[in-house]
Amino acid sequence: MALTNMMPDFMIAPIDALASMLRKHSLWPMPFATACCGIELMATASSRYDISRFGSEAMRFSPRQCDLMIVAGRVAMKMVPVMQRIWQQMPEPKWCISMGACASSGGVFDTYAVVQGIDRFIPVDVYVPGCPPRPEQLIRAVLDIQEKVQRTGTIDAREFADRDTYEGPTSLATEIAPEQAIVAPGDYRTATRFRMPLN
Amino acid sequence: MPDYLSSLNAKFSGAFTTSEFRDNKRVLISAEKAAEVLFPLLKCLKEECGFDMLAELGGIDYLNYPNATDRFCVVYGLTNMTTGQRVFVKAFANDPDPELPSVYDLWRGADWMEREVYDMYGVKFTGHPDLRRILMPHEFAAFPLRKDYPLRGYGERHNFETVTRADS
Repeated sequence: MALTNMMPDFMIAPIDALASMLRKHSLWPMPFATACCGIELMATASSRYDISRFGSEAMRFSPRQCDLMIVAGRVAMKMVPVMQRIWQQMPEPKWCISMGACASSGGVFDTYAVVQGIDRFIPVDVYVPGCPPRPEQLIRAVLDIQEKVQRTGTIDAREFADRDTYEGPTSLATEIAPEQAIVAPGDYRTATRFRMPLN
Repeated sequence: MPDYLSSLNAKFSGAFTTSEFRDNKRVLISAEKAAEVLFPLLKCLKEECGFDMLAELGGIDYLNYPNATDRFCVVYGLTNMTTGQRVFVKAFANDPDPELPSVYDLWRGADWMEREVYDMYGVKFTGHPDLRRILMPHEFAAFPLRKDYPLRGYGERHNFETVTRADS
């Protein structure tokens, strides 16, 4: 029997799984490195730890070319609108790793200027503990992202569309009385803070 | 007695006091006299006594400090570039409107340092050409290094919009 007789006239393949398989081995990280975790992130990319074994060595400093944001280091209050804008500039599908204690929870910096975890303001997929984490821990996080991409990924990234509710921890804004709170929000749509006239 | 003190005494006698800590020589100007005395005194130190470099300029909040009489203090650390001699001029200011004359006209380097003191302590420098916040965002309403400002702030770090997956 000829081989052509065994092939069906058309095939329906799980194309989501195929796309996810291709996609997960070609993650392009956006290094949002603000502190010492960024040094560890560079070490992960270097020859000794070699993140390219897992297909995510193509770090680009333009968010338009990336699909994995790695926030490495503490994020100051003034930096949050910038971080949100960079996150919004990345094309879908995209994922986020919160690397280190400071990005995940504020770490030791429980002060007025440092936000207590980036997951309060942008969605985070994988947290990496450590201060700073070892490169092996970051590689583990990349493997976890790959697993998540394979498990939940779709070719047109439709799995993100219905996640329109806030997924992070409860707000810390309740720690002070509302009448004491100073409202000083930044706007990620402009990423520039509005100027107030000097009084 | 250091030689600069004789020329200061000749011009500003009674307007300042002196103190010493280890090898730090200080000239102290109280809050009542700082507004009119500070600028001519620094000008005299610069032009007649050779203290031509403003090495540092910083603020102090003396709230709840033992034996303190005035609340805010701005410290001018001057250096004589010829002899290496140093002197620290401490000028005080008080609530509700701490104000001191700007020394921008004597040293251009005071520009950003005075802006930082204004940003952190709220001491206004009259005569400064561009007194804006330098480190904190422009819409920030408090002065974070004041002793009565809580470490965790008044909730400024929580006042941001949340970006969800569906937003992007």
